[in-house]
Amino acid sequence: MSVDQKTVRRIAHLARIKVSEEDVPRLEGELNSILHWIEQLNEVDVQGVEPLTSVVAMEMKKRQDVVTDGHYPTDVTKNAPASEDEFFMVPKVVE
Amino acid sequence: MTSLTSLTIAAARDGLKKKAFSARELTDAYLEAMAKARVLNAYVVETPEQARAMAAASDARIAKSEAGALEGIPLGIKDLFATKGVHTQAASHVLDGFKPPYESTVTSNLWRDGAVMLGKLNMDEFAMGSSNETSYYGNVINPWRRRNSNAALVPGGSSGGSASAVAAHICAGATATDTGGSIRQPAAFTGTVGIKPTYGRCSRWGVVAFASSLDQAGPIARDVRDAAILLKSMASVDAKDTTSVDHPVPDYEAVIGKPIKGLRVGIPREYRVDGTPAEIDALWDKSAKWLKEQGAEIVEISLPHTKYALPAYYIVAPAEASSNLARYDGVRYGLRVPGDDIVSMYENTRAAGFGREVQRRVMIGTYVLSAGYYDAYYVRAQKVRTLIKQDFDKAWDKVDVVLTPATPSPAFAPGEITDPVQMYLNDIFTVTVNMAGLPGISVPGGLSEQGLPMGLQLIGKPFDEATLFQVGHAIEEAAGKFEAPKWW
Repeated sequence: MSVDQKTVRRIAHLARIKVSEEDVPRLEGELNSILHWIEQLNEVDVQGVEPLTSVVAMEMKKRQDVVTDGHYPTDVTKNAPASEDEFFMVPKVVE
Repeated sequence: MTSLTSLTIAAARDGLKKKAFSARELTDAYLEAMAKARVLNAYVVETPEQARAMAAASDARIAKSEAGALEGIPLGIKDLFATKGVHTQAASHVLDGFKPPYESTVTSNLWRDGAVMLGKLNMDEFAMGSSNETSYYGNVINPWRRRNSNAALVPGGSSGGSASAVAAHICAGATATDTGGSIRQPAAFTGTVGIKPTYGRCSRWGVVAFASSLDQAGPIARDVRDAAILLKSMASVDAKDTTSVDHPVPDYEAVIGKPIKGLRVGIPREYRVDGTPAEIDALWDKSAKWLKEQGAEIVEISLPHTKYALPAYYIVAPAEASSNLARYDGVRYGLRVPGDDIVSMYENTRAAGFGREVQRRVMIGTYVLSAGYYDAYYVRAQKVRTLIKQDFDKAWDKVDVVLTPATPSPAFAPGEITDPVQMYLNDIFTVTVNMAGLPGISVPGGLSEQGLPMGLQLIGKPFDEATLFQVGHAIEEAAGKFEAPKWW
């Protein structure tokens, strides 16, 4: 499988990365060279093989569904590029 | 008296215990050495005030006979580990100015045991790279150079700052992380020892996430004993990381020097790859002889799916990265580049904040997870991963440890490799270990014709890091230790 320039633009938008028009052909080439190289996986017979979900056999850890952390909004918002009254500030989303 | 920075962690520990010097003196010696070695660009931030305060606290504990296992030992910390109130940016522009209000579990463990932080170490951006050329903070320089050459070489990556700093003696040891080879490859390029422990051995909490099913923290150190000392402190079970494993942490140092007689060492035939320099293969053969001479049994084994590990990795790792890196949106931390609306703000921020390699991997990950491609790419890769793990499961019936080269070449020059796939091939010998969740250690085996370090890799059974330290030390005994001639 390979990507065309239209697909590159679509992936960039899905990934929320602005890509300039001049960069589209370069990315098309780079992504295709990686995707073609990955294609050798099609040689492998994976019939009846379960996908790996955990590298170490262990039981899923569970804990009581209680609050164990939090209540420090100042710390949480301290690194925000824009915040006000312990809220994150973003451009207007809903009219 | 030899300079304090030439001491291994074990030797410094003894000197501090005997009060031959103070923790403050040791830390000052390192701070001075760091200031003289800035040309290597190994540190992105030096934290001298914090280091001196921590060293003074160590001296106070030593005076009260309350010293911890790493009391007064000065360490460098990879920029991927969250350190409270201190620069933590994964060497990325997108985390501009980020200072976490919390501390990673691994570094908390080190401070609990008395270690001293010298600063944060440079790395490939978000740990994506094999040469430390993708850092927002510029290339790291390898203290090693080719014989009769002044040309700079890369230290490997992604833990290039860690490896360079350890090799240049501007920290006693360093934290590092390994997703596909990021501890072992730079260790091999710099003549240092690096171990990626079993997945789940060290907590990932507070470590900036790249590919969560592959990421593991581990140390880079000057020798096998020092690596054993560091891992003992770094490893723990942690309620804040559900994948950390509740398994006792053994005293790894106790196995150093234990005879390897009777151990079965596997030599996987699939690791003989076309194009590998003859001197790498020759070192591999020689190291097998060393182990045989010490009483180990050499067994040829087969790991048939080896060649598929790297392409499968370049589906799994970017897929997980594209999802982990979705959090860098210019809202909660780091860089924000304004736009006409919220979506264009995201797009502008991520375009300006991520470097080219990170953008490429996020886009590959986005593509392989997108509607219609998930089964063809991601699910297939995870199935291949099961096959890779089964190869090793079968091998463990025949052998106790596997011996391979660590890298397909010694260190190369910055700018020498520009094709992404060629760069990815650096991890050809290390990546299978991450895919199967196993522990792997890189130990220096000798110098190339051009005078550069070459590393050997030992792969162990899950949670059998002890055998890696035992056999790693046996290699070290035979090969000797390698120190870069000082030019900086």
